[in-house]
Amino acid sequence: MRAMRIEVNGEAREVSQGITVLGLLHALGVQDGPVAVEKNREIVPRAVHASTELHEGDVLEVVHFVGGG
Amino acid sequence: MSTAAEELKIGSHTLRSRLIVGTGKYKDLEQTRAALEASGADMVTVAVRRLDLNAKGGDSLIGYLKQAGYTLLPNTAGCYTVDDAVRTCRLARELGIAGLVKVEVLGDPKTLFPDVVQTLEASKILVKEGFTVLPYTNDDPITALKLQDIGCAAVMPLAAPIGSGLGIRNPYNLEIIKQTLSVPIIVDAGVGTASDAAIAMELGCDGVLMNTAIAGAQDPVRMARAMRLAVEAGRDAFLAGRIEKRLYASASSPLAGVIGSKHG
Repeated sequence: MRAMRIEVNGEAREVSQGITVLGLLHALGVQDGPVAVEKNREIVPRAVHASTELHEGDVLEVVHFVGGG
Repeated sequence: MSTAAEELKIGSHTLRSRLIVGTGKYKDLEQTRAALEASGADMVTVAVRRLDLNAKGGDSLIGYLKQAGYTLLPNTAGCYTVDDAVRTCRLARELGIAGLVKVEVLGDPKTLFPDVVQTLEASKILVKEGFTVLPYTNDDPITALKLQDIGCAAVMPLAAPIGSGLGIRNPYNLEIIKQTLSVPIIVDAGVGTASDAAIAMELGCDGVLMNTAIAGAQDPVRMARAMRLAVEAGRDAFLAGRIEKRLYASASSPLAGVIGSKHG
């Protein structure tokens, strides 16, 4: 399978073409529950993580809650 | 004394405690848990951050907060633009929250003072998107009123710079803000010790939000308890209606029937 470059949390990564958001989270070892995902500055709702394909050059943010004031 | 009057309503949310606390800067989860419990708070703030993709193991804090039944108030701490603040709130909503957000758009890293123009703009967008918006703002009555007018559910003026512990630097402005607005006023940032929290409440403010004053104390759990008592004491003192200040004494014991020689 051919690889493509995307950016996750500010870092460049190589992933296989056609990978979905859910596939990426699994590949990163992230459980789907406690994270939120933004692709090219738009929220990717959890319900469509499995059906949202990523493309070359996509910029993703994967965030969670941490302690804070 | 009515206890129902002691509840704090923010939008459609009802809080039992008028003390809202942050969850940052604690030594560990155990200390966080003990301090939050001692504070009596039912709403706590959290931040939205990038997941460390190289770290192993999840953050147990958030799991604990949810399981313990705390209402999460995500903040936009660290955001310097409208866009970043709005995106952060949308991500927070995706993470599953009650819909309340603490909007802070900062103007300067040294003072962490809010950029009120951008705070207004971000709040306007978020209100339209259905969030219950609680903006962190300056102790400026004009901006506070504008924030209320655009639909913020509460307004949170600072007492002093975030984490400074300088206390209530402008009680008069806070009093004007409280008298001008009808939404709850929550003093956010700058509290250093219990008397600061009590003063905020005595001024008539509806609540106090703090993090560093508790987490940075030598004994955070004891300080959390002190803050709970101070907020309750200050609130009671406000509701009780203090005496007028007067320059000269007013005897507490009867003037009649004093033995011995007359004075004056």
